[in-house]
Amino acid sequence: MSDIFKGYKDLIPESILEEVKINLPDKCSDAKVKKILEKVYQEYRQSFAEPGESVGLVGAESIGEPGTQMTLNTFHFAGVSELNVTTGLPRIIEIFDGRKTIGTGMMEVYLKKPYSEGKDIKKLAESIKESKMEDFIQEISINITNLQMTISLNKSKLEIANLKEDKIAKILEKGIKKGFKFKTKDGIIEITPTSKDEPLNEIYKLKEKIKDVYISGIKGITQVLPVKRGNEYVIVTAGSNIKDMLKHDFVDPERIISNDLYEMEKIFGVEAVRQVIINEVLKVLDTQGINIDIRHIMLVADTMTMSGTLMGINRYGIVKEKPSVLARASFETPVKHIINAALTGEVDYLNSVIENVMINQLVPVGTGLPGLVTKTK
Amino acid sequence: MTEVYLDNKFVGTIKNPEDFVDRIVSERRMGKLPITVNAAYNKEIDEVKVEIASGRSVRPLIVVKDGKPYITEKHIDQLKKNEITWSDLVKQGVIEYLDCTEEENALVAFKEEDLTTEHTHLEISPLSIVGIATSFVPFGNYNHGVRLSQGAKNQKQAIGFYIANYYTRMDMDVSLLHYPQYPIVKTLMHDTLDYEKHPSGQNIIVAVMSYQGYNMEDAIVINKGSVDRGLARSTYYRPMIAEELRYSGGLIDEISIPDKDVKGFRTEHDYRMLGEDGIIHPEAVIAEGDVIIGKSSPPRFLSSMDEYNLTSSSRRESSLALKHGERGVVDFVVLTENSEGNRLVQVRVRDQRIPEIGDKLTSRHGQKGVISIVIPEENIPFTASGIRPDIIFSPHGIPSRMTMGHLLESLAGKTGALLGRRIDSTMFESENEEDIKKELLEMGFAENGTETMYNGITGERYMARIFIGEMYYLKLKHMVANKVHSRARGPIQLLTRQPTEGRANEGGLRLGEMEKDTFIAHGTALVLKERFSADNTIVPVCEQCGMLGIYDARRDRSFCAVCGEDAEISTVEMSYAFKLMLDEIKSLAVYPKLKLEGKY
Repeated sequence: MSDIFKGYKDLIPESILEEVKINLPDKCSDAKVKKILEKVYQEYRQSFAEPGESVGLVGAESIGEPGTQMTLNTFHFAGVSELNVTTGLPRIIEIFDGRKTIGTGMMEVYLKKPYSEGKDIKKLAESIKESKMEDFIQEISINITNLQMTISLNKSKLEIANLKEDKIAKILEKGIKKGFKFKTKDGIIEITPTSKDEPLNEIYKLKEKIKDVYISGIKGITQVLPVKRGNEYVIVTAGSNIKDMLKHDFVDPERIISNDLYEMEKIFGVEAVRQVIINEVLKVLDTQGINIDIRHIMLVADTMTMSGTLMGINRYGIVKEKPSVLARASFETPVKHIINAALTGEVDYLNSVIENVMINQLVPVGTGLPGLVTKTK
Repeated sequence: MTEVYLDNKFVGTIKNPEDFVDRIVSERRMGKLPITVNAAYNKEIDEVKVEIASGRSVRPLIVVKDGKPYITEKHIDQLKKNEITWSDLVKQGVIEYLDCTEEENALVAFKEEDLTTEHTHLEISPLSIVGIATSFVPFGNYNHGVRLSQGAKNQKQAIGFYIANYYTRMDMDVSLLHYPQYPIVKTLMHDTLDYEKHPSGQNIIVAVMSYQGYNMEDAIVINKGSVDRGLARSTYYRPMIAEELRYSGGLIDEISIPDKDVKGFRTEHDYRMLGEDGIIHPEAVIAEGDVIIGKSSPPRFLSSMDEYNLTSSSRRESSLALKHGERGVVDFVVLTENSEGNRLVQVRVRDQRIPEIGDKLTSRHGQKGVISIVIPEENIPFTASGIRPDIIFSPHGIPSRMTMGHLLESLAGKTGALLGRRIDSTMFESENEEDIKKELLEMGFAENGTETMYNGITGERYMARIFIGEMYYLKLKHMVANKVHSRARGPIQLLTRQPTEGRANEGGLRLGEMEKDTFIAHGTALVLKERFSADNTIVPVCEQCGMLGIYDARRDRSFCAVCGEDAEISTVEMSYAFKLMLDEIKSLAVYPKLKLEGKY
């Protein structure tokens, strides 16, 4: 029987063959197996897109039509630390446009062995979160006579972040330009200016500045949420910074994933971006209860990544790459394209659809594609 | 101390706000203050507001004290005998007007039975919670709110007897209903507003059943016999106006049959209806293209005339003719002059409109529908007593819309029609449903309004009993005759050579970008090409320079303006829009060079 299967190895994909194998009845004669496989092969061939099928346009219609039903809902997480995530149509537009700055960056950080089982998960998560000075401040007071600023720190927060006041003082000293002296007491930091001219003014400026000083955690990560997925713990973050995240050795570098296409491209390459596009679009469509064949989305993802770098579906991205001047001119800023084409003496070979619709020639799609070739004797 | 505001301006403070307001109100009721003065004390923010400004909307209510309305039987008797009027009641303080400020402190009873000692006012009629148009809806209190307002809206579009002196008027775009009737199922408002003098519908028999699927989705099946007898027939009036305008240089338009040498002269045939004065006769039957008022205008550019046209007058033809698809009979001709003393001719054209497929009818419950088929009378189902409905209404229109009033009207109408009396169906104060049913039962009909009916085609009895009754139906002013539009060939635009747009211009129906996409998605390239070839042209193209050549018809040969007479020229078929684009690109000082290649 396995010989019969081997015969179809090159004709039918392995996954389908495997499925047939599993679903075969216990007793099945070779002739019957052969018959089944022949039928499967026929079905498989029939499901192919025919030559000349305008898959791109069908894909665009297939995504566009249900897209009109999509609402502008934002998706809400249950729980205390709620994250407001861009989903729905805005998110889809964001992905297909290939935007550099996205609404809400998010990472899913998978962890290595002892941590993935939940060890110190809260503490780990908290340590990732970017914290600024203002998170630790309980009170700031300025003594005008002594020319001194006193900051009392929030002790419980210090404990969670595993920091001491002198450590913070050191970070502050680094983060602020020179001209101040730092003294630490139990939970209190005293700052006095060293410069002579207008020290009071300087202190007031410092008061605002000091709140913004970065203390610990990973830059860009504003919120963290440890989630149990299957039987392991995953940290979901709001804000994306894969590069810094990978510096921590508790992170599983093979499974970390971000929804920021550009970041994914920078670190994991264009193939990864393709997969992220597919996953992210499917995720949005799932929450909206819209069912689109994955192949349409895969085609979009392929188109966006086929040049080797990520390109959005807009006039700066894939439309710019079209070889036809007329096709480009038919989509936004026509004069610019015509003038530039004139400057470089571009030739339009009328190989694609839109150009031919303009001139009212047969479009090279469907029935317009095949030609008749006769041999003259 | 409480602050007092007069028309939202601070005027002072008082100690006892409640007494102050009470005094204003009682003095107003006594007639010492104007009836439009309103005052209210707002406890929460401790402010008294007195309003006297004009432009506030106020509404009348009956004053109530200790659970008893000020209006008594005596008042009502006097009113009936015409001894007192409304304004007397207002003067006596029985009825007063409240604005939105004072209404905040009033507790208004909806009906007299609802009165308690707490109440301060009583509605004059429960009907006053809805507007005038809405109160025309019979049994409105049984309907869903949305349908109520839709029903009211539909009635505004109904064709009726809108004004009695219509024959002297030149109203634009109006219709008159033939044989309008006063509704059997009426409301208080019908009586109050003399609806009998300007009705806008007809009492007809409606059966609720399906008819071969022709009344799906709000479609209406109509009886041809009823149509022939004049059901929902109307006349459409449309005035046409022509003026003798004056131009600079003492020139003037002339209303007359244009001379043959006038520029743009139509055919003799088109002017055949005109009298000697160039104006059409009344009662002339006209169709599209026929001239109604013959007119010619002076030439447009006087200066250029001297150079080229020394001999002929070259006046322009500017007659008024019926547009594409219009027809009718000349109803009325008026000769007068406008405010500047110029001659003015107005012609009113009338057109009889017999209900046809696509005309819009509605009941008074927001149950509008379009005629989908006109069935010969012999094929219409009939009842045991031989009654055939005028209209067959689909039962699927009822459950989701919850217009119970529609059903009740049908039932009440049936009872009223059989008894020969009108039924009062005023909202909240209508005749009792049970009583109506009882009357129907006494006459030997099923009290639920159903009857045994027979298939008009086969004569077989229907298994189900059919709900059939009488309703007041309105014909709405949206008629297909004013809306139908189709085109195979027709006028094109000068610039793009593409078909014109819109019904008025006999335009094409645009096959837009998304429609184009569907052809591509189907792979039907040849259909796409054919559909877009409305503006196709054949142009000569120079093989050498790639520019468009010029065709010289006199010598029947093409040449290139750049390369000269001997250049090799090929003819190419392309859309005129593309040729236009090439010209526009040239205007950008860009050289669009066409490289020609054999098709095969």
